[in-house]
Amino acid sequence: MNGHDFSLAGAPLVALGSGALYWPAEGLLCISDLHLGKAERRARLGDGYLPPYETQDTLSRLEDDLRLTEATTVICLGDSFDDRAAADALRDEEKLWIAALQAGRRWVWIEGNHDPGPVELGGTHLAELPLPPLTFRHIAKPGQSGEISGHYHPKTTLRTRGRAITRPAFLIDADRVIMPAYGTYTGGLRSNDRAFAPLMRDEAIAVLTGPVPHAVPLPR
Amino acid sequence: MTTLPPLFIDWFAARGWHIHPHQQAMLDRADAPAQLLIAPTGGGKTLAGFLPTLVDLATTDHDGLHTLYISPLKALAADIKRNLTTPVSEMGLPIRIDDRTGDTPSSRKKRQRADPPHILLTTPESLALLTSYEDAHRTFAGLKRVVIDEIHALAESKRGDQLMLALSRLQALCPNLRRVGLSATVEDPAAIARLLACHPDPCDILQADPGPEPDIAMLTTEERPPWAGGGAAYAIPAVLDQVRRHRTTLIFHNTRAQAEIFFHNLWLANEESLPIGIHHGSLDRVQRERVEAAMQQGLLRAIVCTGSLDLGIDWGDVDLVIQVGAPKNVKRLVQRIGRANHNYNAPSKALLVPANRFEVVECQAALQAVRDHDLDGEPRGRGPQDVLCQHILIRACSGPFSASDLYAEVTTAGGYADLTRDEFDACLNFCATGGYALRAYDQWQRLKQTDGLWHLRDPRSARLIRMNIGTIQDTDLLKVRMQRSRGGKPLGEVEEAFAASLTPGDTFLIGGEIVRYEGLREMTVEVSRDRGRQPKIAVFGGTKFATSTQLSQRILSLLNGGDWSSLPAHTADWLRLQAEMSRLPKSGELLIESFPHEGREHACIYGFAGRNAQQTLGLILTKRMEELGLHPLGFVSTDYATLIWGLDPLTDPGPLFELSALRDGLDRWLAGNQLMKRTFRASATIAGLIQRNTPSAKKSGRQATFSSDILYDTLAKYDPDHLLLQITRTEAMRGLIDFGRIEEMITRIDGRIDLLRLPRVTPFAAPLFLEHGRMPVEGAAQERLLAEETERLMAAAGLST
Repeated sequence: MNGHDFSLAGAPLVALGSGALYWPAEGLLCISDLHLGKAERRARLGDGYLPPYETQDTLSRLEDDLRLTEATTVICLGDSFDDRAAADALRDEEKLWIAALQAGRRWVWIEGNHDPGPVELGGTHLAELPLPPLTFRHIAKPGQSGEISGHYHPKTTLRTRGRAITRPAFLIDADRVIMPAYGTYTGGLRSNDRAFAPLMRDEAIAVLTGPVPHAVPLPR
Repeated sequence: MTTLPPLFIDWFAARGWHIHPHQQAMLDRADAPAQLLIAPTGGGKTLAGFLPTLVDLATTDHDGLHTLYISPLKALAADIKRNLTTPVSEMGLPIRIDDRTGDTPSSRKKRQRADPPHILLTTPESLALLTSYEDAHRTFAGLKRVVIDEIHALAESKRGDQLMLALSRLQALCPNLRRVGLSATVEDPAAIARLLACHPDPCDILQADPGPEPDIAMLTTEERPPWAGGGAAYAIPAVLDQVRRHRTTLIFHNTRAQAEIFFHNLWLANEESLPIGIHHGSLDRVQRERVEAAMQQGLLRAIVCTGSLDLGIDWGDVDLVIQVGAPKNVKRLVQRIGRANHNYNAPSKALLVPANRFEVVECQAALQAVRDHDLDGEPRGRGPQDVLCQHILIRACSGPFSASDLYAEVTTAGGYADLTRDEFDACLNFCATGGYALRAYDQWQRLKQTDGLWHLRDPRSARLIRMNIGTIQDTDLLKVRMQRSRGGKPLGEVEEAFAASLTPGDTFLIGGEIVRYEGLREMTVEVSRDRGRQPKIAVFGGTKFATSTQLSQRILSLLNGGDWSSLPAHTADWLRLQAEMSRLPKSGELLIESFPHEGREHACIYGFAGRNAQQTLGLILTKRMEELGLHPLGFVSTDYATLIWGLDPLTDPGPLFELSALRDGLDRWLAGNQLMKRTFRASATIAGLIQRNTPSAKKSGRQATFSSDILYDTLAKYDPDHLLLQITRTEAMRGLIDFGRIEEMITRIDGRIDLLRLPRVTPFAAPLFLEHGRMPVEGAAQERLLAEETERLMAAAGLST
């Protein structure tokens, strides 16, 4: 599989180039910050009228990852919907598509700051999910370990011979993984932002997403 | 003939002035529906534009707004306010004059809407904003005249189209509105007149006496210009010497970066501490205003500047204009020269300072063109649809409208006179629903139709539309400030891409100061003062102009004419060296040099097609090279050449340059490239799909915003016929892509390609290594590089992957 292998709290994991995290021993795929329905929410708020294709684009990439990994458990790590009304406003085809992806799988919606509380779609709704030795939650808590979280949409810039390349990135150290945003309409927070300083150890790495994931020492 | 009222005759006489013939002519034609005046700087052009207004206001009672004056620059509006106040107060005329720009305090703006002055001085963007208010009809009630200053400058960009759309609105509110345009010397006055006219009414053209020939030469220096680079540091002593010998010197640069570097070097060499200032568009307003004030009071001996001073601001006693770097465009050079000497009858004095040896050739070619009165320019295109989309949104802010009325209105504007109803409806549909093939959440659409009239679904959205009025694409500029702990003084702006390349501790130049990058806080670049004398990073971007077709042809003729006697010996020697080591590019064939350098393969293609077309050539060729497995990594273009680097050498260029192959491949490669994305970003912003400014921008920071590239990719994938993609293609073809000049080049070389394999960099290729604006190629080489770099970094950090 096209991914970066590492282990957290003794659990062997794979950071996929798509931005999804795979836990082979559990057949578990984790994705974060899908922000489904972002275009609808922006339109509803009078905040611009974006091309309404981001939900289908995000779902089709997720479908590819599920086909590839044959995962039996899926954890959506929060901010799966741009807000709760956006979840309700998904078009029928999109709701059916999600149901089809859920069929035969354990599916967990972790709540995020954009989508607190349950949505009217199949799957389990949880504030956070402990699966020893790991814990899945939306926003990282300082001092925790074995923690998988999202929320920050980290991205990293790498200066190579002659050019700088910026990609969404996993931030990884001995305590935690902060996942990149998986949704199509998502921006990123630079990994050298102050927000990451209290969370990541000095020896943390960033894994840039893309056709082939690349690991580098976390640029600060 | 309209005679001046006695009051005016006395005022002219008291100053020892006579009314210029063109000023009298403008007075005589005060009732023309549209009138274009073409006059050189210093010809009393502004007064000519205002005389009919002043006479009318002096002789009749008028309530409310009488004349609107539009200038491309805020500073110009402020300047005209000062200049106009003098005759008005000296003649004791009962005329209220006020200016209104983005810098005007909101309390004053509010007052102006409720109780407008007789003469309001403003910019196209501020005018568009004024027309967006629901009380626009009251603000403009009674408006009789509009004067557009420096219309030639506005005509060069979308600002001109936006202005004319705003005027079409005003004309509907005030049917008897008279239009006056004031222009510097241009190559095609009829094109400007077409833009200014309220169609189908005509627009007359009046040409003033052009004045005496300018006194213009190339600055000769003891020091030789360098092989490459744009700083012209070698000329500092000679330029300082000229500053010493003149009262006031304007030192023009083509980019902000060059102006900053030159200014820095000038100060290091300025042992007598001559008062010298810097002025460019990226500087903080307070700093700019300080320089402008000092200049008007005659406190400065020289001012280092960019295009922000191109226009007709009265800088007082300028007696020398220095142009640093090749002028790229003869028309602009002539207009800049006109900045020196405001005496109508004295010749303007100007010096050209080539920044490197290639520019010596270009400057020489430009001098000949000025002497031959051979001005250049590109024909004006049709009015762009992204600007129309913004206009429709602005119209919706001011109240409900009927589509037919608005269509009739916009087709009176020059650029839109031949707009079809279908094209208009496509724009309206985009504004209302997004215009997507997939109709989703229609209940939230932006415009709704009720009883045949279109209106905003949510009136609150007017705020967002108003916050984003304008067509100037200073996109992705970040403010630069001193750290809060050091007072937080604003210094100016830098491009986001430049800011992203900084790491704390890096030093760069802004406003002539060296500052140290400390960090990014809420979209602001925080810096501290640095005591160093040498900035580590000296460059941030600025406008880049393409050398015009006419000037490029003159350069090729000069290279091959055999007579280099007009060139300094060092430059002639350099040309000889190029001829010896390689070959001189000719008009009738395409020279390509191929050589290794620092572990990479390079191909240098001398197309002389101008920067944008050379850029496109780089895109097409690298795409094709990628397909052939030559691993191109990137390219950079100048006005005369494109340099491509990669991992493998180019050995057979023939198939790459067949016009049919180039044209066939155009659509294929067009879709995925960076230039399209850049063009898309500009058009999507203007059309209102994405917002530069949002009320919540400050709070949410970067994470909430995502790159417009994602929208482009999404549309290209799911909605390839979307209006904005059509606009992007049209724009790119005539702007950044400039495919026309590639076709012109291919026809000119007619299959004659001359590939030379050389052992090292050639004299002509060397400058390209120092060019900025390198374009990366997305491809296999990129993954190869990432793998190399990550391995190196991990190894260096003692980590294993």
